[in-house]
Amino acid sequence: MRKLLLYLIIITTGIVFVARLFYLQIYNTSFASLSEDNAIKVIYDYPQRGAIYDRNGRLLVTNQPSYDVMVIPRELKPFDTLEFCSILNISKDKLIKRLKKARVYSPRVPSIVIPQLTKDEYAYLQEKMRKFEGFYIQKRSLRDYQTVNAANVLGYIGEVNERLIKEDPYYLSGDLIGIDGVEKQYENELRGIKGVKRIQKDRFNRDIGPYKNRKFDTLPVNGKDLTLTLDSKLQAYGQKLMQNKRGGIVALEPSTGEILALVTAPTYKPELLVGRKRSPNFTKLVYDTIAIPLFDRGLKAEYPPGSPFKTVNALIALQEGVIDTNESVSCRMGYYYGKNGRKLGCHSHRSPLNMIPGIANSCNAYFATVYRRIIEKYDTPQEGMENWRKHVESFGLGNYLGYDLPTGKRGKVPTAKYYNKIYQYPTYKWYASATLSNAIGQGEVLSTPIQLANMTAAIANRGHYFTPHIIKAIDGKPIENENYTIPKVTTINKEHFEPVIEGMYQVYTQGTARSLQVEGIEICGKTGTAENFTKIDGKKTQLTDHSVFVAFAPKDNPKIAIAVFVENGYWGARYAGKIASLMIEQHINGVVSRTDLEDWILAHSLEEEYAKPYSGEPFKINQ
Amino acid sequence: MARSSVAAIDWVTVLLFLLLVGFGWVNIYSASSENEAFSLADFSHAYVRQAYWILFSIVLIIITQAIEAKFYERFAGLIYVISLLSLLGLFVFGKNINGATSWYQIGPAGLQPSEFAKACTALALAKFLSDMQTNIKLLGYQVRAFLIIAIPAIFIIPQPDPGSALVYAAFFFPLYREGLATIYLIVGASAAGLFILTLLFNPIWVVLVVAAVMLFILIRNRKRKPKYSRYLLTIIVVAGFCFSVNYIFNHVFEQRHRDRFNIVLGKEVDSKGIGYNTNQSQIAIGSGGWVGKGFREGTQTKGGFVPEQRTDYIFSTVGEEWGFLGATMIIILFVLLLIRLIHLAERQKSQFSRVYGYSVVGILFIHFTINIGMVTGLMPTIGIPLPFFSYGGSSLWGFTILLFIFIKLDANRVNEW
Repeated sequence: MRKLLLYLIIITTGIVFVARLFYLQIYNTSFASLSEDNAIKVIYDYPQRGAIYDRNGRLLVTNQPSYDVMVIPRELKPFDTLEFCSILNISKDKLIKRLKKARVYSPRVPSIVIPQLTKDEYAYLQEKMRKFEGFYIQKRSLRDYQTVNAANVLGYIGEVNERLIKEDPYYLSGDLIGIDGVEKQYENELRGIKGVKRIQKDRFNRDIGPYKNRKFDTLPVNGKDLTLTLDSKLQAYGQKLMQNKRGGIVALEPSTGEILALVTAPTYKPELLVGRKRSPNFTKLVYDTIAIPLFDRGLKAEYPPGSPFKTVNALIALQEGVIDTNESVSCRMGYYYGKNGRKLGCHSHRSPLNMIPGIANSCNAYFATVYRRIIEKYDTPQEGMENWRKHVESFGLGNYLGYDLPTGKRGKVPTAKYYNKIYQYPTYKWYASATLSNAIGQGEVLSTPIQLANMTAAIANRGHYFTPHIIKAIDGKPIENENYTIPKVTTINKEHFEPVIEGMYQVYTQGTARSLQVEGIEICGKTGTAENFTKIDGKKTQLTDHSVFVAFAPKDNPKIAIAVFVENGYWGARYAGKIASLMIEQHINGVVSRTDLEDWILAHSLEEEYAKPYSGEPFKINQ
Repeated sequence: MARSSVAAIDWVTVLLFLLLVGFGWVNIYSASSENEAFSLADFSHAYVRQAYWILFSIVLIIITQAIEAKFYERFAGLIYVISLLSLLGLFVFGKNINGATSWYQIGPAGLQPSEFAKACTALALAKFLSDMQTNIKLLGYQVRAFLIIAIPAIFIIPQPDPGSALVYAAFFFPLYREGLATIYLIVGASAAGLFILTLLFNPIWVVLVVAAVMLFILIRNRKRKPKYSRYLLTIIVVAGFCFSVNYIFNHVFEQRHRDRFNIVLGKEVDSKGIGYNTNQSQIAIGSGGWVGKGFREGTQTKGGFVPEQRTDYIFSTVGEEWGFLGATMIIILFVLLLIRLIHLAERQKSQFSRVYGYSVVGILFIHFTINIGMVTGLMPTIGIPLPFFSYGGSSLWGFTILLFIFIKLDANRVNEW
């Protein structure tokens, strides 16, 4: 009996120990990771970020070295703060604050104390660095811009934020990541893969050789080079033309959907957002809430499309068979409808007109008639509306296009539900006439410049479009993404496009853009003058119309489709038409012959117009 | 040495001994070698010195086997007195290493007499208990047995080496086997339990709970006319014990002792200061996983993160480099050795041999329990070596002599009448 108790004590002790070992070694995995932190130092080798080229192989973005002063808080030894601060030109308070923050982030993972030193600062500091234990210098690469243009397309890189660090274990504090534009969209391709070196350390934190004979070490993989669809010359020319104006230009290649130019105005130089200058410059750009230079108008500004939208209505009408190309509609300075003789105004032109001159002269009465027929073809306006919307959306309007840039807007194509709601259906009824402004691209319809350019490309292609995209090749290999290589087909039959295109051609030959012809190039276009409003002291106030223009050229085998918005530029041919015409000439001929036109655009500023709503005084519009 | 007694040597025990010593040396090698080539000529390496200690322990084994078995019984008293003198001599001739005066410096080597005193005490206790007149059930003999055990412990405490002194609790094993009343076991276990409870909770609550339990038992037993005074006395003793533990812990213990207990009881978390050893040792063991990182591949062992890793914390190397399987194997080897030794002790015809055998079991068991308990974070930091495993000549020789005297006694049992 007594013997048994002693056996029992010994065996129980053995079992308890084995259980404890099981807990420590198998069940609780935190000890294993602690040992990694303890004994193994990980050193990262940062790869070169991929370069960015334009479609013609011109280098746009490359890299320059930069040096970050890093700290590992637990390895800090007391040091001469005064000397440290004077070398790095930083105040003592700031240093203490940053060291504290680094310690909060992690005592053993490195944090940045001073980011992005220049080469000269680095050369000086490198000799002194030995004195400051716990600090070291991490080489990284910053962007080096070979262009002053296309900041909105290229985007920029910056330090990764804490939320992302938590989401994606690849990133460590201080790593750089694409924040906007192509840099963000193609971050995974551009960044490459960090190399890792593991070093065995002893308890005094000294290196005692590579860990496991470098079995777990990896070499860095350089980022991939990108070739964009952008034509940097055309882009530069577009930005030049847009100076002192606000708005956007989007130029596409209809046969591929490639973005040739994506201009937003006003904009900034990409080099402003590099390195240590980034933060103050960024703040300046962010706080310009009037011109909003960081806002990519080409992708994000939702404008009423105005008259260019009439081309789509003409196509739908032909597809639905509600009018043919011969039927004329009379216009008495407008279209009269409703019980009280309400009028949708038009400008003076000969009357009556059939479809082709209707487009060329942008007759509102013609398109109001056509639009009503489209909606009223069905028993209820709701059905008619939904049918119309289906056609419109097939041109890529009213939703995200699916292009490869990280920002965008949906635009708007109203639904029957939308009108049911605002007219409180079924308590009250609504009819086609209530939505008549859709006929001329005003009112509820909204589109972004890129959507409008895409719509133009779909017309130029006679019924299909390729999703616009900015990427042409990755590491020299052309893209194969089906989203960009398989065409999206509109709901309009091919044969209906010819009369509409003929109308757009006549816009140039005898219509609203007569003065903007380019010798030797058959351009098809459509002017637009979009009414717009703002709120001043809470009161809806009308501003000078937006100048809108869409065009493609040449008429057969089109090489370029373009949409231009100039905010408050008044009528379509006044600014947007001229700019579109110059852009087309530049792209197709490579040179601009009409220097007088070019000079006019460069000399004219709209800044005065933009100042009006902020003047606090009553002002006149459409002058 | 009679031929028959060589044949009667218990080779199972010898095999277990060799496995432990051999595997121990492998781990000492891992924990003390740097990246240079293996060499047995360079005495600056701990693994080289340990290899020679092991060789010398074989000499000691031969000597213990060569000596007539009767010698140990006959001269037990003398051996005991000599060991006491060697402990006392430390106060005069001892060399201070790491704050403890536990060593004699003999040439280049240090000898730690407390490692040998355990075997000597075991012999003395065996001799005393096997005396025809001794009856352990009588209080007078209990006191004398207690003194035989306590005197070397008392000599060791002020070195200071309270860990080694604590080992003398091991003699509970033979005393219990030889008929010490179970009440001592109950009182001892209760005292240990109350000790821990008092540290964890306010002593007032502990006393109140004990009183409540007592009252409950009393009410249940009231028909059998219980002696109320006994219940009252128990409560008073418990209260006295709890409050004095509380007082001693807070006022007599030094802060470092308090910290050691508090860390194990989870009342304090401290991985940098006093808790560093235990924490690093757990990290090393925990990082081993199922099969470990492999021989000489332990990152914690290589980096020297675990203090005293070659000596008291050698088991952490096993855990890191050989994983759960290796560490469990060592536990099993120790358990097998202890069970084997109880089995051997039980088959002894002479009471002397049996008492000595149980003493060996007790000493090995308490070292094993306290050491592994400490390294795995189950017990407070009490620095005593893992038998046969830890680095150190005195410790290895002490355990070797302790074990092989018993093997000699066991082998000789056939010659007794």
